[in-house]
Amino acid sequence: MFTPAAKAMAEKLGLKMGRANLDEFATTLEELAKSNPNIVAVTSDSRGSGKLAPFGKNLPKQLVEVGIAEQNLVGITAGLAACGKKSFGVSPGCFLTARSLEQIKNDICYSDVPAVLIGISSGVSYGALGTTHHSLHDLAVLRAINNLTVIVPADNFESRQAILFAAKATKPVFVRFGKAAMFNLHKPETKFEVGKAIQLRDGNDVAFIATGETAIHALLAAGQLAERGLNCRVLSMHSIKPLDTEAILKAGRECRAVVTVEEHMVHGGLGEACASVLLQGGVGKPFRIVGIPDEETVPGAQADIFRHYGISMEGLSEVAVKLLK
Amino acid sequence: MTDRELQLKATHLRKLTLEAIVGAGAGHTGGGLSCLDILNVLYNRILNVSPETFSSPTRDRYVQSKGHSVEALYAVLADRGFFPEADLKTICHYQSHMVGHPTRHIAGIEMNTGALGHGLPICIGMALAAKMDSASYRVFTLLGDGELAEGSNWEAGLAAAHYKLDNLTAIIDHNTLQISGHTRDVMSNEPLDEKWRAFGWAVKVVNGHDYAALTEALSQPAEIGKPTCIIANTTKGKGVSFMENVAKWHHGVPSESELKQALAELDAAEKLLQKEMK
Repeated sequence: MFTPAAKAMAEKLGLKMGRANLDEFATTLEELAKSNPNIVAVTSDSRGSGKLAPFGKNLPKQLVEVGIAEQNLVGITAGLAACGKKSFGVSPGCFLTARSLEQIKNDICYSDVPAVLIGISSGVSYGALGTTHHSLHDLAVLRAINNLTVIVPADNFESRQAILFAAKATKPVFVRFGKAAMFNLHKPETKFEVGKAIQLRDGNDVAFIATGETAIHALLAAGQLAERGLNCRVLSMHSIKPLDTEAILKAGRECRAVVTVEEHMVHGGLGEACASVLLQGGVGKPFRIVGIPDEETVPGAQADIFRHYGISMEGLSEVAVKLLK
Repeated sequence: MTDRELQLKATHLRKLTLEAIVGAGAGHTGGGLSCLDILNVLYNRILNVSPETFSSPTRDRYVQSKGHSVEALYAVLADRGFFPEADLKTICHYQSHMVGHPTRHIAGIEMNTGALGHGLPICIGMALAAKMDSASYRVFTLLGDGELAEGSNWEAGLAAAHYKLDNLTAIIDHNTLQISGHTRDVMSNEPLDEKWRAFGWAVKVVNGHDYAALTEALSQPAEIGKPTCIIANTTKGKGVSFMENVAKWHHGVPSESELKQALAELDAAEKLLQKEMK
């Protein structure tokens, strides 16, 4: 995932490698479920890939296996929630948000049940498995559905906080996870609030607004650019919906340029959401969306795909420098 | 309430349904009339729900998977006192929550439905929740026979049997017609009884307009460890001669004269029943 130079920058910034956000999710959910028998995980032959095998072993009565049937998974998750269960439907993001999109829209969001959906191995986490297994559309489609909170955690801290929030939520929540080990970006005392970006670094030259597993690359790029005398702001935009429009406008007004970064197609995701906020807010600054372009995604692992499309310390630094010229 | 009294009520409910559809200027006439007797039996004999008990966690759950037959459902709910009959006049009107498919904004509705193939999976979640809580409530859904072409029903069919959900009953409104014509021509799904049995369900086939048969099928204890599928053989457009078994009445809206004729037929049926009851 990281070049030697990026690893060196992470070390220089004092960042420590954590574990996969998915592992953090599974541990947190099991911890909560042990003290709350109403928590039920629903899986579509996905307990292994969702890191929920220990959950299933330790809390077998709180796990519902539906087999490879994602539509059924979402409907059942909705029905459980409607009858008082705190249900977590856990399935690969690629299938969950495409095959069962109608169930998400109607059974969960329109019916307004307090269910949680967990998109596992999202984005290009299953990189080399090809487009069938990529979810580069999910943020676009979910943004267009009313009554859904959408969270994309960047590290283990945000992952845990997202699950703690979701477990208490009285409205539908979707949380998107990748499966790569993540650097820890936050101190434990950091305040996490859904709908509020977390500023990872301050600066007024370029603002990087990043989400999920791309946030680390933006932070590393800011570190690299500092060595060139550029002070860059980095926002971890963990909440895609609701979106922290205030932080976006502030970044746009205070910085010379804005770069958004996401593991998603450039259409309909974080970047276009930020562009909309800035334009409607009357902020016209040099702006660039870094994501996966509208083409058949290059074959390769997640790291290869990130590097290919410039979702890397080096790639983002280059974009920022060009934008300031 | 006796069978005759329920039949008498059904003529009133059919009139309410037709008037609601005409008032809305849209609706699903044929399917509403085909499932009306089923709804009448459910809400007056089977489900332990009422406006007073609707918030009780132990209430039976009913999810209308064939959500397009909402006018018939709302007629029954109005009759049961969930809201005034006058509300039916607002169906599909601007700023009325009575849109053309069920929503939880309306008292008595458990889940928002209307896209087909959704009710059964939702009901599996509900039935599983009841099992987890050792609760005694039962879960019911009503499916259209044309709706069975949606693959999600068959995903759910497997899961309900797998989890031995004997607290779940799926009723199929088997009127054999859908919007484009005969279900056997659009996408044949027979033999339905054998299919559901093969999926591990207990299957009952009844006349969906026979109050005694419906009541018996819906109230008999479930076969232990098996979900129940009731195939209710019905007539699309039931109760109005020119609507019966005519596909165009799937969502045909009666004209003024057609409504007049339909209401006259239902009045005549009502009078006949009243005479028989004397």
